[in-house]
Amino acid sequence: NPYVGLVNHLRATWLSGRTRPLEYRVAQLEALGRFLDEKKPEILEATAMDMGKPSFEAYFTEILLCKNELNDTLNNLCHWMKDEHVCKNLVTQLDSAFIRKDPYGVVLIIAPWNYPIHLLLVPLIGAIAAGNCVVIKPSEIAKNTERLVAEMLSCYLDNDCFAVVTAGVQETTRLLENKFDYIFFTGTSRSPSVGRIVMTAAAKHLTPVTLELGGKNPCYVSDSCDVQNVARRVAWGRFFNAGQTCIAPDYVLCSLEMQEKLMPALRAAITEFFGSNPRESPDFGRIVGDKQFRRIRALLCSGRVAIGGQTDEKERYIAPTVLADVLPCDPAMQEEILGPILPIVVVANMDEAIDFINARPQPLVVYAFSYDSKVVKQVLEQTSSGGFCGNDTLMHVMLTSLPFGGIGNSGLGKYHGKFTFDTFTHHRGCLHRSMGLEAINALRYPPYSQQKLGLLNTTFEIKRKGMCTIL
Amino acid sequence: MERMQQVVERARAAFKSGRCRSLEFRMQQLKALERMVQEREKEILAAVKADLHKGGYNAYSHEILGVLGELAQAMEKLPSWAAPQPVKRNLLTMRDEAYICPEPLGVVLIIGAWNYPFVLVMQPLVGAIAAGNAVVVKPSEISEHTAQLVADLLPQYLDRELYPVVTGGVPETTELLTQRFDHILYTGNSAVGKIVMAAAAKHLTPVTLELGGKSPCYIDKDCDLAVACRRITWGKYMNCGQTCIAPDYILCDPSIQSKVVENIKATLQEFYGEDVKSSPDYERIINKRHFKRILGLLQGQKIAHGGEADEATCFIAPTILTDVSPESKVMEEEIFGPVLPILAVKSVDEAIEFINRREKPLALYVFSNNKKLIKRVISETSSGGVTGNDVIMHFFLSTLPFGGVGNSGMGAYHGKHSFETFSHRRACLIKDLKMESTNRLRYPPGSQKKVDW
Repeated sequence: NPYVGLVNHLRATWLSGRTRPLEYRVAQLEALGRFLDEKKPEILEATAMDMGKPSFEAYFTEILLCKNELNDTLNNLCHWMKDEHVCKNLVTQLDSAFIRKDPYGVVLIIAPWNYPIHLLLVPLIGAIAAGNCVVIKPSEIAKNTERLVAEMLSCYLDNDCFAVVTAGVQETTRLLENKFDYIFFTGTSRSPSVGRIVMTAAAKHLTPVTLELGGKNPCYVSDSCDVQNVARRVAWGRFFNAGQTCIAPDYVLCSLEMQEKLMPALRAAITEFFGSNPRESPDFGRIVGDKQFRRIRALLCSGRVAIGGQTDEKERYIAPTVLADVLPCDPAMQEEILGPILPIVVVANMDEAIDFINARPQPLVVYAFSYDSKVVKQVLEQTSSGGFCGNDTLMHVMLTSLPFGGIGNSGLGKYHGKFTFDTFTHHRGCLHRSMGLEAINALRYPPYSQQKLGLLNTTFEIKRKGMCTIL
Repeated sequence: MERMQQVVERARAAFKSGRCRSLEFRMQQLKALERMVQEREKEILAAVKADLHKGGYNAYSHEILGVLGELAQAMEKLPSWAAPQPVKRNLLTMRDEAYICPEPLGVVLIIGAWNYPFVLVMQPLVGAIAAGNAVVVKPSEISEHTAQLVADLLPQYLDRELYPVVTGGVPETTELLTQRFDHILYTGNSAVGKIVMAAAAKHLTPVTLELGGKSPCYIDKDCDLAVACRRITWGKYMNCGQTCIAPDYILCDPSIQSKVVENIKATLQEFYGEDVKSSPDYERIINKRHFKRILGLLQGQKIAHGGEADEATCFIAPTILTDVSPESKVMEEEIFGPVLPILAVKSVDEAIEFINRREKPLALYVFSNNKKLIKRVISETSSGGVTGNDVIMHFFLSTLPFGGVGNSGMGAYHGKHSFETFSHRRACLIKDLKMESTNRLRYPPGSQKKVDW
């Protein structure tokens, strides 16, 4: 196996304990911060070359949001690392009982191409903060960013503990044959099946995993709403990164009336954002590769093209497009779109929308728009998804205090903020007792008797109230 | 084999009906479970006795007490555990509602083990019900009396569609694992753990695997040997050594080895009397297969105490082995029997190195008067959990997550950790449809001015 040497090397450094001290972790994290600051132009350029990522977007998601996570972690790491003392019961009153935050060891992070720095760095921040050694595998589909990460990231980090591996599908399969202590995988199109492959490989070594996958994120728009604001927020979420966002609103569910109202509002929003010819706007991206371009283009024959629909294969340009009257059996409704196409599926009412959502695999996020908070709450309560955002799109992932992850086909595990640290940490239950007070222990020893049992009941049993005593 | 699919589909339909969402319903089920444990105590103890030769008082404290405790705690805390949890907001979300909503996962599968056949099925069940799931319960077929009892009792007290019990052996379990679940909690060994996780991978089902391993027990020269050995003896020989967190082997300086043996012998006498076989407090090996396996580990070993066995009753006497070599068979697999090997190490450094060369165990034990030494052993090793200066006890504190790491497992449960294991923590952000002006910052067309702000 071509990667055995590398993994063994990292494991040897891991066993030496180098990544354990707070100072070491802080130094590596600060180096990541310098990478983001010093290589900003290169990052913007690489992502522009890979998918025409507008520099504003690239700065926002690849630099700013990463720095947010970095600062949140640096500000709180000392506290997160501390032993967490827990409430004790009667028997353990005089003991020390705490949860120790142990790193797992050598972990693997596999990143996708759509936010190639962000979706690599944010898990990496948590993995380093938690004290692990990391094998980093950027996406081979975003070639320029992959090269940047391989050539430049290693200049900032300790190469004995953090290694970048460039690998295509075949090599990644071989990489996964090695034993890791944790695997963090983010995937995009057709990701449920790749997620299965990763988890199956992990099962051979009993390696725990986090899988950040995708799905078709529904966006319900009720009849009672501010149509222009909704149009703007939905358009923003859909066309950001030319639609190549795992949490983008994938399709809209609304009444026929609302579809009529939304159309001109969406048209206005698109023009506001990208001008009358989005192809010339520096703020609209391109599709990452030819294969993806062809896949998305094929989805255009769904419903009818109400806005956009223009494409250019050479540039991998697909115009911001809205499809009206899309049917559940249409191509655009068979897979996660991951492109700048917004199908609108007409439903009679909210109940039908909820049934529609629940008849399909659980998505990464459910969106609902309404002036009526009861409507928003009802959609929330009657559906299941990784996360939920009412009256906006994408924003729930910008709050580091909210866990970000999927459920069912959209993934397992969660991260962001402290949740990333916790993902890469083994929470070890520790009880440190004293050698004294052996007399109390006598209760538990054989030979047994009814009397002992009675006393045991009293000392061990959790009572209905007042279980937790604060010393 | 269509039966499995029907059972799971029925549970899923029952879950989708929404009736287990309400807290009242969950409380009602938990209360019914509590009634079951209290009313049918005698039958439960009888089943456990038939399976493991476990005496009444022992069985009560191992199998019943813990379950009642979990039930009481779940019923008291459920409202607070299930409540949405507001989170800290940033400048952009100051006026919004941001919270984490604990939600049920759906249909979960609990696969129990035979060594503590009742509690290892019931304790996860409490958490799964509290979290609002439908639960398919699959007790271990090896502890056949308890399995049958669970299959008989649960439908008499709980909602039959939501919480079905499935019995059977390997073929039935394999069939069951082809179905889609929303979480699987498996207690057992690492080999089967891999099979469970591979099956779960097909459906992207999250798993909690409570596996095993060889839990090391380091005895420092500087410690009260009498106390240490009494505690170790209790933890090692309870349930005839068939405990996933039993101290599997001892590491100590050769100079104290014989004192350790003496102390353990004296304690064994105290606990079980002259004739262990006739003590009502000493259990038996679960079946002939394990009996033969454990006896096989004694071959070629120096038996310092015990070694007697009786196949007819699956009796193996509490046994101590000394001067054990790390390469011997008894050091290859989890013993899961009343055989305690003692290996010599010259220092705590050697002990730490020895432990770290092996798979991460479920539990780790260290005895010493020197607090710093204990802290060092904890810091320089990895294990599911730890008890210092005692054994087993970290299991009984439900505020501590109980689970393994590496080969000893993944995930954790007990107390609130069970509730969280069986819940999906859904991130919720509810914004205002107005206040659009603040959003303009993020919309294209982008500009340097916006970036700078």
